[in-house]
Amino acid sequence: MIDVARFADANGLLVAFVFVGLVMLVSAVLARQVGRGRVHASAIAIALGLVLAWAAGVDTGGKNGVADYPLLAGVGVLGGAMFRDFAIVATAFGARVTDLRAAGLAGALSILIGVVLSFAAGAAVAIGFGVTDPAEIATIGAGAATYIVGPVTGASLGVSSSIISLSIAAGLVKAVLVMVATPLIARRIGLDNPASAMVYGGLMGTTSGVTGGLAATDPKLVPYGAMTSTFYTGLGCLMAPSVLYLVVKALV
Amino acid sequence: MPIYGVALLAGCTLVGLFVGDLIGAAMGLEANVGGVGIAMLLLLALTNLPGRDVGPASPSGAGVQFWSLMYIPIIVAMAAKQNVAAAVSGGAMAITAGTLAVLAGFALVPLLSHLARGGGQRGERRDD
Repeated sequence: MIDVARFADANGLLVAFVFVGLVMLVSAVLARQVGRGRVHASAIAIALGLVLAWAAGVDTGGKNGVADYPLLAGVGVLGGAMFRDFAIVATAFGARVTDLRAAGLAGALSILIGVVLSFAAGAAVAIGFGVTDPAEIATIGAGAATYIVGPVTGASLGVSSSIISLSIAAGLVKAVLVMVATPLIARRIGLDNPASAMVYGGLMGTTSGVTGGLAATDPKLVPYGAMTSTFYTGLGCLMAPSVLYLVVKALV
Repeated sequence: MPIYGVALLAGCTLVGLFVGDLIGAAMGLEANVGGVGIAMLLLLALTNLPGRDVGPASPSGAGVQFWSLMYIPIIVAMAAKQNVAAAVSGGAMAITAGTLAVLAGFALVPLLSHLARGGGQRGERRDD
């Protein structure tokens, strides 16, 4: 008999592509059938990934989620730091410098305020829950910015995988909540024109949340919100592990 | 050629991460400081050079666009390899942190939208 585990290990990245493809397929079906389009398929896929990682962690007792199964070791490569950074940098491609200028001062300001505001909210909650290590507080704060800034910050500051998971979970809660709540609250916060959509994208930041939330509110507003939110992750990745971490370190 | 775009993307990422390591070392942190952010700005600057069209529709752009579209699947893979089991005990913290960040953001949208549409219309404010 062929050693299946060794075969999967030798073709790890290909197994990972199939695995993630299946997770996304199931999520797309769930988003359509169960969520009736209310929750973005990508948010469900990430949640599903976290649930599978949780189940695998309980089962194997390891630290690397499903990647601790020899059959799925390739997921650890695809979800590792190299591919993660590579793909995140690629998302900047969606933004144009001319569009950034058109967003104006308020748009740029909203990105800066949004990053600092979310970070402060997340960091305050972390301190409230008894976290004392500045690097861990900063990672939770960064996670409250987006589920990308959290792990980038955590990896950069060298915190444990469990804290990184927490920061991703915080970012995921934010993304899902933004998607679900935006159509409900849009009228009350005056979210009905390009200018407010740009401000909203900058303040919220989470690109999947913002684009999902705006699509459910008014599809015409999507590019304006997506534009500012695209820069949010970059600014968050720049500020959270540096300036904001140093502020936390000085205060704690 | 899509490979030009992929090479440009990889080059920007490598330069950004390297500079991030240098900044981290200069600040006395054993950490990469803003490497991903620097790489993003570098990619934006190089794909928006005047007279050069490296848009998503161009052959070179397609190489970058592909990896941009792959970012959600890669984040899914990243989620699937996290140590969630250890984090579940802190679930309430994640929910509180995420919710608080959203509420704070929603609260500020009307204020900054007002600024975006010009401070001169200040008298237009209504209480509704």
